[in-house]
Amino acid sequence: MRRGETGRTARHGTDVTRINRVFHALGDPTRRAIVEKLSERPISVSELAKPLVITLAAVVQHLQVLEESGLVRTTKVGRVRTCRIEPAGLSVAEQWFADRRSSWEQKFDRLGELLAEEG
Amino acid sequence: METKVIEERGVTHSTFVIEHSYPTSPERVFAAFSDPGKKRRWFAEGVHKVVDEFVMDFRPAGTEVVRYHYKEGSPYPGLPFVNEGTYQDIVPNRRIVNASTMSLGGKRFSASLGTFEFLPTETGTNLVFTFQGAFFEGSDGPKIREMGWRMLLDLLEAYLERE
Amino acid sequence: MPQPTVTHSTFVIERSYTATPQRVFAAFADPAKKQRWFVESDGVEFEAFEADFRVGGKEYSRFRSKEDSPLKGASISNDTWYQDIVPDKRIVIAYTMTVADYRISASLATFELVPTAEGTSLIFTEQTAFFENSDGPKIREEGWRELLERLGRELAS
Repeated sequence: MRRGETGRTARHGTDVTRINRVFHALGDPTRRAIVEKLSERPISVSELAKPLVITLAAVVQHLQVLEESGLVRTTKVGRVRTCRIEPAGLSVAEQWFADRRSSWEQKFDRLGELLAEEG
Repeated sequence: METKVIEERGVTHSTFVIEHSYPTSPERVFAAFSDPGKKRRWFAEGVHKVVDEFVMDFRPAGTEVVRYHYKEGSPYPGLPFVNEGTYQDIVPNRRIVNASTMSLGGKRFSASLGTFEFLPTETGTNLVFTFQGAFFEGSDGPKIREMGWRMLLDLLEAYLERE
Repeated sequence: MPQPTVTHSTFVIERSYTATPQRVFAAFADPAKKQRWFVESDGVEFEAFEADFRVGGKEYSRFRSKEDSPLKGASISNDTWYQDIVPDKRIVIAYTMTVADYRISASLATFELVPTAEGTSLIFTEQTAFFENSDGPKIREEGWRELLERLGRELAS
């Protein structure tokens, strides 16, 4: 990151570390299931564990990863910790760049198939 | 201008951002980019340079070609430099995006995407220039390129003052 | 004071192929071969592809996104100019992406082919300027959930 002439740091675009965290967060099927559930409505941590058939400790661990990626937010009121989707988790630009990356990954997969077919 | 040869190995990618304030409207700063007669003066011409050809077709997909060489007494005197590009996107008075390559003696040494954003301020214009480039064998490299661009944007300021 | 409305980003993808750099390069240079891997099949329908593989030459491709995708049947086209070609070693392109007649991005993409013991290492670097244009398509309204699902599918496969 470099400072511009005027001393104000110019807007530099997507934080690649954040995208990597999002990829990591979504790379696990249980975490994807959690995000899917939360996109319907906010849910408490203990409620989340039940339908997923995993331990509470495992849910807490998954939620930590999801919070770090910015996709999910948890708040504690009294003894109940509630989770909700963080709608600002992916900005338009971040969504778009993630999509572009996965689009190229698909193309390179098919390139590999073509090269293998050619032998 | 001195050039430094980077290692003959692979491609180096680099992004840098330069902001420069101009005490004049975005329309006037933009015109210095869009009008070939004006652009040639601050962008192509220089004390140590001789412009051999300057062609500019200012529209998306239009091309811009600058051929030049340096005078005696400069590094690389007489050798042909070519800067050629294609306009990728133009939003009048707001944004110009240009993809261009640089060559020396017929050999390409870099390719880059340049975004110019013209932002109105209380005192005039804030020009935000983002350079995203790939440097090949025999190139000047990111640091020298950035210095070169800072100088150019200074020259633009001097040009606008004189206008 | 209006903020810049262009977002810039760079990402790198590295792949290994058990084919020589000559063969990998041919898959780029020969339009018939390129079309076979370059054309997306997931979420889009292919419409057109033309290539003039030389420095200064142009490549054009057009797809239509499916009705149930975030872009809802809109036409997507890429206008590509070849910036640098070093046979069996390097290809550099500049291209813009246009969705439903709005130009939404410009990119510089570098493909480096490095010979390895197994064959070729392909190093792909894309440097992009994305125009978060208020006149452009409102991807965000629909895209958020579909994108998560698509990311999930790709990461799982």
